[in-house]
Amino acid sequence: MSKFGMRMLAGVSAALALLLVIYAFEWPPVDSVQRGYRGLAMEENSNPRVDRAKVRANVLPEVAPPTDKAGQKASQVYTNVKVLGDMDANEFLRLMTDMTTWVSPEQGCAYCHDENDLAAERPYTKIVSRRMLEMVRYINGSWKTHVAETGVTCWACHRGQPVPASVWYADSPKTAQGAAGNRAGQNVASAAGGITALPVDPFTPFIKDGADLRVISATALPAGNRASIKQTEWTYSLMMHFSKGLGVNCTYCHNSRSFFAWDQSTPQRTTAWYGIRMTRDINTQFLEPLTPQFPASRLGPLGDVAKVNCATCHEGVYKPLYGANMVKEYPILVGPAPARTASAAPAGAK
Amino acid sequence: MAMLSFERKYRVRGGTLIGGDLFDFWVGPFYVGFFGVTTVFFTFLGTALIIWGAALGPTWNIWQINIAPPDLSYGLALAPLKEGGLWQLITVCALGAFCSWALRQAEIARKLGMGYHIPVAFSFAIFAYVALVVIRPVLMGAWGHGFPYGIMSHLDWVSNVGYQYLHFHYNPAHCIAITFFFTNALALAMHGSLIISAANPKEGEVVKGAEHENTIFRDTIGYSIGTLGIHRLGLFLAVSAAFWSAVCIIISGPFWTRGWPEWWSWWLDLPIWR
Repeated sequence: MSKFGMRMLAGVSAALALLLVIYAFEWPPVDSVQRGYRGLAMEENSNPRVDRAKVRANVLPEVAPPTDKAGQKASQVYTNVKVLGDMDANEFLRLMTDMTTWVSPEQGCAYCHDENDLAAERPYTKIVSRRMLEMVRYINGSWKTHVAETGVTCWACHRGQPVPASVWYADSPKTAQGAAGNRAGQNVASAAGGITALPVDPFTPFIKDGADLRVISATALPAGNRASIKQTEWTYSLMMHFSKGLGVNCTYCHNSRSFFAWDQSTPQRTTAWYGIRMTRDINTQFLEPLTPQFPASRLGPLGDVAKVNCATCHEGVYKPLYGANMVKEYPILVGPAPARTASAAPAGAK
Repeated sequence: MAMLSFERKYRVRGGTLIGGDLFDFWVGPFYVGFFGVTTVFFTFLGTALIIWGAALGPTWNIWQINIAPPDLSYGLALAPLKEGGLWQLITVCALGAFCSWALRQAEIARKLGMGYHIPVAFSFAIFAYVALVVIRPVLMGAWGHGFPYGIMSHLDWVSNVGYQYLHFHYNPAHCIAITFFFTNALALAMHGSLIISAANPKEGEVVKGAEHENTIFRDTIGYSIGTLGIHRLGLFLAVSAAFWSAVCIIISGPFWTRGWPEWWSWWLDLPIWR
């Protein structure tokens, strides 16, 4: 190659590298929050310019203004009100208005009601939304360990869309790929696993089937722990989803010198532990049983119903909507707390 | 310590970096010089401060002694001695000692009329340290981003900083640095084994030289980099490893706050296959 050609090549390469550096990186100043003893590097880092869109997107919409009491229960005024019948009739209308804002602002009431007969058991979305109301009441009443007094409403997941933006379906198992071989569910840029080569579907085993996340040994010497590297990567993949879903890094919950040790972890890890159980509960008790109600166009490639993960509510924020209280306007959405007896350990406690 | 017969003629005064002949003498085999004195000063002061910090701490267990930087809330200000101020003073001493050592190397090279390759190479190690405790903390706005001084505690820091970016192996500069470290080890192993195989024969056999050394590589892989070239390559690989290590920590935080795997989105988003 001529000297001129070499110089041209070097110049073009340098220009491309410079473009990449400008395009692919962020720039100071950045924000950091210290979450452990000084020098331990348990810190959350963020770039306010990168977060701007996220902050704008995670706001609570205005609720409908309070109304005078009708003095009659919804069940006395309307027929076929099964979940919210005890509400004041006017409050009930107000909640219905807000539910439209939360779930189907463009489609309106007709998205879940037959406009000629609001009491009718059609379309399918009415059956689904009734079950979702029961789910919201169940979450707010029985999973205070995760949602605390902040609670959730339809908006927590739906954000003005009939189908929440972040849901998951089972991935079709690709086994035969010719000369490329069997990827064994990993080794491609895994969206769930934070764009790593980690397993692509960490949800089915952990937040549907109830597999144990823990892979590390509890003893210094081998004592029967059969967890494999693949299992470990599966857990890692779910943890990547946690990070992406909550917009936090590993040190939000863990001191990485000892991931498993509860006494070296932050209190948030406890909330997350309950979150895993809560998500499993929602997927198996509420969403999966609804599968027959949905038309095929709403189901995943393997015919399964849309299910929730951390991102469904959190949408990239450590507390959904930055911790804004969602249920204070509607105490009816907080269901009864579960009866606790001395022997009743939380389900799935391990 | 005995002096080699030819060594005496190089031990002449003069040619110091700052001029004059302050401390321009030898003690036994060691050249002292102005920067030798400053090295000793900063080393002893810094070590004394570390011992003081250890005395203030809860343990004398050598593994667990920890002198931590200030809380992030102090920003780039001075902190009280017991709350990170000691770390700041020790950092100043370390910088003073390391830079004094590099200048002492330069001074000796100058007195001997040699090139400055050794202090330049050592400067890359200093740069890596400066990157950790000065450049990155300043870019992120707090001395508290520096690493703590302690055997276990600095490892905890490394681990947690890595996990702040979810998966540090996806840090592009870390990839390059690791590649240089391994290549450096490969080159050193090849060079060391080659020289010993040629220059240290069994008793009764002749010492072999550059012709043999070049030939074995030409026969094996068709190319020998040569006797001078291998040392240029070695210097390049070693300083590159230190340089890219420094880059990989400087970009973590100031130039990227999310997980490193996500940084590769630009690759996945290239229009040719997205």
